[in-house]
Amino acid sequence: MIVYLLRRLAVTAVILLVICAATFAVFYLMPADPAQGACGKACSPERLAEIRTTLGLDHPPLVQFRDYLLGLVAGRTYGTGAQAVSCHLPCLGFSFQTDQPVWQLLTARLPVSASIACGAAVLWLLAGVSAGVVSALRRGSLWDRAAMTAALGGASLPVYFTALVLQYLLVVELRVLPYPRVVPLAEDPAGWLQSMVMPWLTLAMLYAGVYARITRGELLESLGHNYVRTARAKGLPEVTVVRRHALRPALMPIVTIFGMDLGALLGGALITESVFGLPGVGKLAADAIAGADQPVILGVTLFAAAFVVLANLLVDLVYAVLDPRVRAVG
Amino acid sequence: MTLLTVRDLRVSFGGARAVDGLDLDLEPGRVLGVVGESGSGKSVTSLAVLGLLQGAEVGGSIRFDGSELTELPVRRLRALRGRRIAMIFQDPLSCLNPYYSVAFQIAEAYRAHHRASRRAAHRVAVRMLERVGIPEPERRAKAYPHEFSGGMRQRVMIAMALCLEPDLLIADEPTTALDVTVQAQILDLLRQLREEAGTAIMLITHDMGVVAGLADDVVVMRGGRAVERGPVGEVFHRPQEAYTRGLLACVPRIDGPLPRRLPTLEVTA
Amino acid sequence: MSLLRSLLRQRSAALALGVVALLVLLAVAAPLISWATGNSPTAFHGEAVDPALGGLPRGAAGGISAEHWLGVEPVNGRDVLARVVHGAQVSLLIAVLATALSVLLGTALGLLAGFFGGWADTLIGRSMDLLMSFPSLIFMIALIAAAPGVDRRLLLVVVLGFFGWPYVGRIVRGQAMVLARGEFVAAARVLGASRRALLLREVLPNLTGPVLVVATMSIPGCVATEAGLSFLGVGVRPPTPSWGQMIATAVPWYATDPAYFLIPGVFLFVTVLAFNVLGDAVRDALDPRSRR
Repeated sequence: MIVYLLRRLAVTAVILLVICAATFAVFYLMPADPAQGACGKACSPERLAEIRTTLGLDHPPLVQFRDYLLGLVAGRTYGTGAQAVSCHLPCLGFSFQTDQPVWQLLTARLPVSASIACGAAVLWLLAGVSAGVVSALRRGSLWDRAAMTAALGGASLPVYFTALVLQYLLVVELRVLPYPRVVPLAEDPAGWLQSMVMPWLTLAMLYAGVYARITRGELLESLGHNYVRTARAKGLPEVTVVRRHALRPALMPIVTIFGMDLGALLGGALITESVFGLPGVGKLAADAIAGADQPVILGVTLFAAAFVVLANLLVDLVYAVLDPRVRAVG
Repeated sequence: MTLLTVRDLRVSFGGARAVDGLDLDLEPGRVLGVVGESGSGKSVTSLAVLGLLQGAEVGGSIRFDGSELTELPVRRLRALRGRRIAMIFQDPLSCLNPYYSVAFQIAEAYRAHHRASRRAAHRVAVRMLERVGIPEPERRAKAYPHEFSGGMRQRVMIAMALCLEPDLLIADEPTTALDVTVQAQILDLLRQLREEAGTAIMLITHDMGVVAGLADDVVVMRGGRAVERGPVGEVFHRPQEAYTRGLLACVPRIDGPLPRRLPTLEVTA
Repeated sequence: MSLLRSLLRQRSAALALGVVALLVLLAVAAPLISWATGNSPTAFHGEAVDPALGGLPRGAAGGISAEHWLGVEPVNGRDVLARVVHGAQVSLLIAVLATALSVLLGTALGLLAGFFGGWADTLIGRSMDLLMSFPSLIFMIALIAAAPGVDRRLLLVVVLGFFGWPYVGRIVRGQAMVLARGEFVAAARVLGASRRALLLREVLPNLTGPVLVVATMSIPGCVATEAGLSFLGVGVRPPTPSWGQMIATAVPWYATDPAYFLIPGVFLFVTVLAFNVLGDAVRDALDPRSRR
C-alpha cells in the first residue's frame, strides 16, 4: 500500500512537471513579449529593458524555466538592490495587471470557485444518481423514458445558454432572485445562497444529466451480475439486494468521474463564473486571458491542473479503500 | 410425501420455449440428478423453482412442501429462499460479491432469516467455513472471494447455502468450473453434508459421472422436457433412450478399452 | 447502409438524423438563404433598430419581420437568420474537421499502442493520460490567445482535434489489444501476412464500428466547446459569425432582448442534442451489448 502510494505520488509529480513545462513553453516561446505586457502601452525602451532584466527574460528559456520551478518550491526574488521584490513560496510570479502575487490572487478566489463547485456537486449527485437508480430499476417505464430524455437534454445544455435562460426567467420575468452579485458568505449567508442558486442550477443541470445516464447504465450492468442473483437466492429483501450488492459496484465508476469533475471545477468554472460575474478562479483566468496577463494564465493553468491531477490521485486512493481487489494488488 | 413436485412446467422467454412440460419429483433427503446437455432447460428449471427468472413466462405447477410456489406472494417466496431452499451455482467467483468478505456474505444469508447480532452471525459463518473444510476458518473468514482458489470458493458457496439448514439444496453444475481433483473433493463434501444433515439435493449437471457419484434418482432432460427417468442404477445400466445412451457414452470409462475419441452427441431434432 | 436502416427504424434516431440533415442543409445553403432573403450576415440595417431605445430592434421578439425572419441584432441591425445559418456553417465545419483530426490521430496512435505494445504503448498511453488530465479549456484559451495572426478557424480545428484524440485513442487501443490477440489475426499471421497487412487488413476494418461510435459522440462535444471558446472571445473572429460569439454579444441584452440569445442558443442546444441522440443510437446499433 505504501509503495503504491509513493509510486502514485511520483507519477503525479511527473505529470505536474510536464504540464508545467508545456504551459511554460507555450507562453514564453510565443511571439507576444511578456515584458511588453508587464510594462503596459506607454513604455520607454529603457524601462522595457529594465523589466526584462528584472523578470529574468534575458536568460535562455531553460534557465527561466528552472528559475520558475525553483520559485515554486523555494520562493524567489525579482530584481536586485533597492528594487528587489521577494516572492514567497510558492511563487507563481506577479500579475502584470495588478502587481499582486499570483498565488495570493488564486487563493483569494478559491473560496468562490469552491462554493460554486461543491454546491453544484451536491445537487447533481442527488438528482443525477437517484434519477439514474430509479430509471434502472424501472427500465422501460414511462419514468425511465422521461428521465432519460430529460437527462440527455440536460447533458446537451451549453452552460452559458442555461445561465442566460435561468437569469432571464428567474431574475427578469419571475423576479424571484436579485441580479447576480458578489456576496461573501460570512457577511450575508442568505444573500450568498441567493447569489449561488443560479450557478449551482446551471452546472447541476448539465452534470445531473450526465450522471443520471451513467448511473442507469452502470446499475443495469451490475444488476446482471451473478452475485446479485446469489443475493436474491439467499432470500435478502430486494432493497438490500439492490443497495448492497448492485449499487455499490455500480457507484465505483461514478466515484472516478465525480473526482475528476469536481477537481476540474475547483480549478475554476470558467464559463459559469464569467457569465454570472462571480470572482472565482475561472473568472480570474478569463480576465487574465483578456488582459494577456501571462503569469496569471500560467498560474491558473497549473493550479487547475494540480486540482485535476490531485483529484485523480485521490480517486485512486478511494478506489483502493473501496475495492478489496485493488487493495490487495497495491 | 414428496418435498418438491413439479408438474407440466413451462418456461418461455419472449416466445422461445426453454422448458416444455416438465415433471419432477423429489423426496425429502434424497438426491435427484437432472442431466442434459447445455440448453436442455435444466438451469432454467432450477431458477424457476426459486422464482429467480426475470422476464420469463412461467406456467404449470411447482409445489414445495405443500405450498404452490408459482402463486406465492413475493414476501413469502423470499422467506423461503435461502431458508428452506438454498442454491449453489456453477461459477463461484462471479457468484460471490467481490466487495465483501466471505464471512459477511455467509452471515448476511443467516441474518436475512434469523434475528441475530452481527457477532453471532459471524460466529455461525466461521463455524460453517470450518464445516465445509476451510483451514484456519477464523482467519480466512475475513478474506475476500478473490483471495480463495476455485474449490475453496465453491466451499464458501456451500457454507452459505447450508448455514440455514435448508430442506432442499439446488446445486447447478457445482463442479463444472473446477479442476478434476477439486471436483471430487466438492462431491465428497456434498455427500458428507447430505449424510449429516439429510438435506435433499437437486443436482443439475451435464456430467453423468457426477450423477453416478451422488444421485439416487435421475431425470434426463432434452429440449426442455424429460426423456427418461428412474433410479440411477436402472437408468445407467439399462438406458431406454438412445439419447441417454449417447450421454453415457460421453463419459470415459476406466474399465473399458480406451477410445480414440470420445463420442459426441449427434444433433438431431 | 444497414446502419442507416436500423437508425431510421428508431423514432428518436430518425428524428435526430433529420435534424442533423436539416442543419447541414442550412449550413450548406447559407449563401443561398442570404441571397433569397436579401440579407447578408454582415450588412448593417440601421432602419431595423430604434436609436431612441438604445438600439433595440424595432418590433416584437427581437425585431422579427417579413424582411428579417429571426429578427435583427440590437444596435447594428444585422440579420439574425443570416448570421445563424452562416454560424452553422462555421460551427459544423470546425466540429467535423476537429473530430476528423482527432479520429485520425486517435486511430493511428491507438492502433500503434494497442497492436505493438511495448514502449510504443507506454509512450502513447502516458501521453493520453497526460492530455486527459490537462485543464484543457484554460489551456486551449491560452494557446489560442497566445497565437495572434493565425486563422482562428484553423487553430480551433487543430486545438480541438489535438485535445480530442486521447478519447478516441483510448478506445482504439483497447480494441486493438483484443483484436491483436484474436484468433483470426493469429490465423493470418500463421499464413504469413506481414505486420502491415495484419494491421491494415485484419485489425483496422474491425475498428470501424467503435471508431464510428466515438466519432459521432465527439461531434457534439466539439460543437459545444467551439461555441464555448467563441463565447469566451477566443473563437472565430468577428465579423464571421458563430453561435457562441452571438450568444456572447447577446449577454448585455439578455433582459431587454431575450430573443437575441435564445435563437442562437436554441440552435446550439438542438444541434448538440441531435448529435447526442444520434451518437447513442449509433452505439446501440453497432454494439448490441449496450442496448438497454
